[in-house]
Amino acid sequence: MPELNQKMIELRNICRTFYLGDQAVRALNQVNLRIEQGEYISVMGPSGSGKSTLLNAIGLLDRPDNGEYIIDGINTSVLDEEQRAHFRRDKIGFVFQSYHLIGRLNARENIALPMVLAGVPPKQREVAVEQVLAKLGLTDRAHHLPKQLSGGQRQRVAIGRAILMSPSILLADEPTGNLDSKSGAEVIEVLEQLNQQGITLLVVTHDLSLGKRAQRRIKMVDGKIAEDISR
Amino acid sequence: MRLLDIILFTGQTLGRHRFRSAMTLVSMAIGVAAVLTLTGLGEGARGYVLGQFSFLGTDTLIMFPGRKETTGGMPPVTGSAARNITLEDTQTMARLARGVDQIAPLVVGSAPISYESRSREAVTVGTTAAFFSIRGIKMKRGKSLPDIPMEQAKNICIIGETIKTELFGNLPAVGQWLRVSDRRCRIIGLTEGRGDAFGMDLSDAVFIPVASAQSLFDTEALFRVFFKIKANASLAQVEKQLINIMRDRHQGELDVTLVRPDAMISTFNDLLLMLTFAIVGIASISLLVAGILIMNITLISVNQRTSEIGLLKAIGAPAGQIRMLFLTEALLLALIGAVGGVIIGETLIFAGTKFFPDIPFYTPYWAILSALGVAFLTSAVFAYLPANRAAKLEPVIALTAK
Repeated sequence: MPELNQKMIELRNICRTFYLGDQAVRALNQVNLRIEQGEYISVMGPSGSGKSTLLNAIGLLDRPDNGEYIIDGINTSVLDEEQRAHFRRDKIGFVFQSYHLIGRLNARENIALPMVLAGVPPKQREVAVEQVLAKLGLTDRAHHLPKQLSGGQRQRVAIGRAILMSPSILLADEPTGNLDSKSGAEVIEVLEQLNQQGITLLVVTHDLSLGKRAQRRIKMVDGKIAEDISR
Repeated sequence: MRLLDIILFTGQTLGRHRFRSAMTLVSMAIGVAAVLTLTGLGEGARGYVLGQFSFLGTDTLIMFPGRKETTGGMPPVTGSAARNITLEDTQTMARLARGVDQIAPLVVGSAPISYESRSREAVTVGTTAAFFSIRGIKMKRGKSLPDIPMEQAKNICIIGETIKTELFGNLPAVGQWLRVSDRRCRIIGLTEGRGDAFGMDLSDAVFIPVASAQSLFDTEALFRVFFKIKANASLAQVEKQLINIMRDRHQGELDVTLVRPDAMISTFNDLLLMLTFAIVGIASISLLVAGILIMNITLISVNQRTSEIGLLKAIGAPAGQIRMLFLTEALLLALIGAVGGVIIGETLIFAGTKFFPDIPFYTPYWAILSALGVAFLTSAVFAYLPANRAAKLEPVIALTAK
C-alpha cells in the first residue's frame, strides 16, 4: 500500500453490482475518489445513479465487489465485520433522511447510543452528551422522546448522535429530505458549522440549492462519477 | 457495552411492549410454578408415605397372609389368602424362632362403640402389649394392655384421643365401661397423639386383647404379625426361621409374605421418586412451551426492530453485540418469569402445608435450581436462532426495512 495522508479517504476502482432477479445492476462502476480531511462535498445525481451506494460504501455499511477503499491509511477490505463496526463507530458519523431515532429513548439517550455501545463509562458520556446537546441547542429538549420533537429537532438529535464520537467524516443522506425549508436550513447550518470545525462532510442530496453550497460537487450518473467540481 | 447498559437497554425495550412481555413472563412463571408445585407435591407424598413406615425400625419384620404367587396378583395388603395366619402360628413362631424379641399379632375390624347415649363406629384393633412397644405408642393416661397369654380374652380396652374426645368430652374416660358391639369392656388406658400408620389414624381406634377381637369378629385370621428382633440377632436368619416355621405349619407351602420395613421404605422411596420425576418431566413441557414462546416473541421483536438493528450496526454495534442484546432480552424475560414462578410455586406449597399439615410438602433446592436452570437454558437455546438472525442482518438492508 502506498504512503497515504492519514486524514484521507481514497476509493480505487470501486464496483458494486446488485442483482434484481437475473438482471445485474451496476450501482458503482470503477469509482475513483479522493477526499481530504475537512472537505465539504455534495453528491448529486438522478435516482439510481449510485449516490446512496457510494455513501454506503464510504460508510462501510456495504462491501464493494471490487476495488480498494482506504481510510486513515487503513485498507478497509481487510477488515472483518467486527473491525468494520468499530471503524464505523469511531470514525464515521451517519445522518439519515428519516432520522432513525429509537422511539422509546429520549433525545439524550439517542445521542448517547454510540458511547453506550462503545462501553464508555456513564460519567464520561454524560459530559460528552451535555456538550453535544448544548452545541446543537437541544439542552431543553434532552428528555423529550422523538415523537415530542419537531422534524428539525429530530434531525439535530440524529446529528448529535453522529458527532458524539468525534468522527473524521460525517455522511448525510438527504438530511433535509423530510424537513420544511426553515428546518432544513437550520440543519444545513448545523452541518456546515461542524464542517467549519474540521469534520469532513459528505452530503447526498437531490436538492440543487443544497448541493451548490458544498465546496466540492460530485455528480453521479449510471454508477460513475460524471462530474467532480471544486469551487 | 457494559452489562448494566445492556440490561437497561433491554429493560426499556421490554417496558415498551408491556403486554407482550407480561404474557411471556406469565407463561414462564406458570411453567416454573408447575414444575415446583408438582415436585413439592411429589416430595410431600413421598415424605408422607415414608413417614408411615418410619415408626418401624430396621429391627422389625411384618408378616402378611398370602403371597403374590398364591393370590395371583400384587403382594397382599388386605390379608386375604388361602390359608390364614392364626394365633397358634404366632405362638409357635414365638416359641421356635430364636432371635425374636417381641411378637404382636393384629386383628383389625370395625365395630360400633358407645358410651351412655353417644355411639359411633370405630376401628377396633385386637393385639397384645408388644404391639404398643414395637409401634412406640405412648400412653397419655392409664396403662397399656396387660401381658396376658395371647389366647386369653379380657373385657378391657384402650382408646385413642379422638374416641375419648368424641364419646367422653371433658369427662375422664379411664375406668369407664365402653360398649364395643355387644360386649362391654373397661377402659384401662388412653393413647397419646395420632400415631398414624399405613394411613390409619390410631387415635381414632379402640385396642382390645387379640383373643377378644377374634371372638368379636368371629375370626381366627390375623391381619398382620409384627416381630421385633433381638439386638444381637441377624434379621436375615430370623426371616429364614419364620419362613421355615410357617412353611412347615402350612403343609410345606409358603403362603405368607414377610416384609422388612427398610426394604419396603426403599421400594416406596424409589417408586415415589420415579413418580415425582415423571410428573416433573410432564410439567417441564410447559417450560419448553414457554421457551418456544420466547423464541416467537424474539422473532417478532427482530422483525419489528429490523430498522433499529440496522441503525445499531451503522453506529458501531458488531454482530456479537446485537446477538447479546436480543439474548439478554429473552434471558431477562426468562429470569423474571422464572423468579415469579418460584414465588408462585413456593406460595402454593406453603398453602398446601397449611391446608394439609400432615403432608410434608416441600420443594427441594435442587428442584428450584433445576427449574431456574432449565428456564434459562431453554430460553437461551430458543432465543439464539432469532438473535443470531438479527446479528447477521446486513446493516444497509436492515436500515431500509419498514
